Amino acid sequence: MIKVKKEYCKGCGYCTLVCPTGSIKMPEELDKEGKRIPMVVDEDTCKKCHLCELSCPDFAISVEED
Amino acid sequence: MDVNNVLGPSQQFIQGDKACVYGALLAGCRFFAGYPITPATEIAEEMSRLLPRLGGTYLQMEDEIASIAAIIGASWTGTKTMTATSGPGFSLMQENIGYAIMTETPCVIVNVQRGGPSTGQPTIPSQGDVMQARFGSHGDYEIITLCPSSVQQTLEQMIRAFNLAEKYRTPVILLTDAAIGHMRERITIPANPLVVTRDYVDIDYNDYKPFRTGYLHATKIPEFAPFGSKYNTYVTGLTHNDDGHPITDDWNVHAKLIKRITSKLTDNMEDIYDIDTRYTDYAEIAVVSYGISARPALEAVYMAQRLGRDVAYINLTTLWPFNYEYFSELSKRVDKIVVVEMNIGSIYHCVREATSGRCDVVLVSSLGGRVSTPKDIWEEIK
Amino acid sequence: MISNTELDEKYLRKGMMPSILCAGCGNGIVLNATLRAIDKLGMDIDNMVFVSGIGCSSRLNGYIKADALHATHGRAIAFATGIKAANPDLDVVVFTGDGDCAGIGGNHLLHGIRRNIGITVITINNYTYGMTGGQFSPTTPQTSRSTTSPFGTIEHPFDLSRIVVSAGAPYVARWTVAHPVQLQKAIRKGLDKKGFSFIEVLSPCPTSYWRRNKVYSLESVYQWYKDNTVSLTKADDHPEKITIGEFYDGEKAEWTELWKSLVGQVRV
Repeated sequence: MIKVKKEYCKGCGYCTLVCPTGSIKMPEELDKEGKRIPMVVDEDTCKKCHLCELSCPDFAISVEED
Repeated sequence: MDVNNVLGPSQQFIQGDKACVYGALLAGCRFFAGYPITPATEIAEEMSRLLPRLGGTYLQMEDEIASIAAIIGASWTGTKTMTATSGPGFSLMQENIGYAIMTETPCVIVNVQRGGPSTGQPTIPSQGDVMQARFGSHGDYEIITLCPSSVQQTLEQMIRAFNLAEKYRTPVILLTDAAIGHMRERITIPANPLVVTRDYVDIDYNDYKPFRTGYLHATKIPEFAPFGSKYNTYVTGLTHNDDGHPITDDWNVHAKLIKRITSKLTDNMEDIYDIDTRYTDYAEIAVVSYGISARPALEAVYMAQRLGRDVAYINLTTLWPFNYEYFSELSKRVDKIVVVEMNIGSIYHCVREATSGRCDVVLVSSLGGRVSTPKDIWEEIK
Repeated sequence: MISNTELDEKYLRKGMMPSILCAGCGNGIVLNATLRAIDKLGMDIDNMVFVSGIGCSSRLNGYIKADALHATHGRAIAFATGIKAANPDLDVVVFTGDGDCAGIGGNHLLHGIRRNIGITVITINNYTYGMTGGQFSPTTPQTSRSTTSPFGTIEHPFDLSRIVVSAGAPYVARWTVAHPVQLQKAIRKGLDKKGFSFIEVLSPCPTSYWRRNKVYSLESVYQWYKDNTVSLTKADDHPEKITIGEFYDGEKAEWTELWKSLVGQVRV
């Protein structure tokens, strides 16, 4: 289960860059707080490789066991 | 104490630089980091011989900046640490002296003064770094500086330097010179001198704030948690609040911090400010000096006393913080103050400021390693 | 594998995150890899001291729930030497940057290596002095634009890891933030190493470096590091690329151990 901690995320996009299966994607529009928070496209495609977690500079994204 | 059998017999005839090491070891110093420089090298040499025998650490670093960096780091493990240098190295150390002030790190820096500026007269004494000891680093701060005028005083004041550093959580400078440092005199090693150690913190981990004061007693001095303890301590030269975290854009946080770390010294002048005075009760003239200059000054005062003149002797064994109040009071009782120092005028200016014209203040200055003679001083007394 | 949420709970100081670092800065990834390495080794964080100099790299230890010393610019390795020498039982890690470590701190780097003091130095090389707004640094690629090289730098940059190898450090590795798994493994080996271990990490600075060198999107920045680095084994056929990998892994008597045995012989 992919979780994003909004208070930590700066919307840099590292996680979506490294995701090998395109399970997460940066939204086109900013949210109402003016942030660009990665969105889960399809939970099932996520292979739990954790590359997004390893590449997050702000400890904002986690892939936790269901 | 195993220190005593390492130091040898209690009566010895040794150099000031060596006595400096004896004092440090008696005070509990077990870590020295330094770099060779005339006329302070003998301190490093003696430390490299005695520290290993006491299970201490001798580190010869790549330069003086690294030397003071190392003793500050080491101090945060709970070790009593020192370095020793002379003018050129002292100049290199200034930024990290400021760091030690800002982070309230106890440590002792010995400056065996030599002719300056620049390479100057490496083997020759001078007192030209007095103002640098006070204002050498950048920003607003106070600092403690002691000044011995004999080999025995060098030993005793090193103990006092460490005790003050530990008690007030501050770097302390011992300002000596090539004359005191290189001359030999008889010393007596005190049997068991008073040794002070910093207060360690002992409260609940969640309440711990490294720079909050007043846990144990109402002081302006924080309690200490060494690196490696359960407490988490963040130490930074950036302006910080009580929990040590950097806050650099709040004038109030900065003002509060600076006012605390300066007044923690100036509020305690009775404890810190200790000077050697003689014949001050009925004096009409006072001869003020320190370090090597205090030797001819004392001789000149004796001469004057023998000729029935009421002349006082004031040896500033504590140079900084300067005691303006003391000299303001003195200026109401004497007609003239003669300041004797081996520079173009340093303490002279502080004395003039303190007296605000109430009495004459004259300077007996000598340069190039020529120590003023009693006769030079007598010229201003007669 | 420990999650970022668990890392946050276990190792990060409450109320300090998010960090002051810019979005897209790679330095946070280095902190991530470091904490994962420590966790994997099961190290006692209370026995660790994180020393740092001045610069973006050197703010990382302010976010760790542990003892830390944020030193003066360029002097982190000298401070760390004093800490380790005074208490050899401590595990001492240094966070530093290309400017802090190879600019003003170069002399302390060389002597820390020569002395082989047991510390783990993690040098984040982002090709710029980021904290001061983006001046060129000792590792900035030639012809790069910066606020102090508006016409391109003329200087030849250091190859930091090669200097450190030739200075004799017993463990030297270089990775980029695009290689987080290898980076974490290298940090683990560095933490395990007795003696001076050095891990250089190429980390992008989109704000101060890449923006001024006409690479704007994080994707293209990220791709630059992929395209312009080559592993040590294939380095010969790509001399123009930056080699990454484990440069050296050897054994060398460590300073505090040598000092301990010396004291053992002469102690009263």
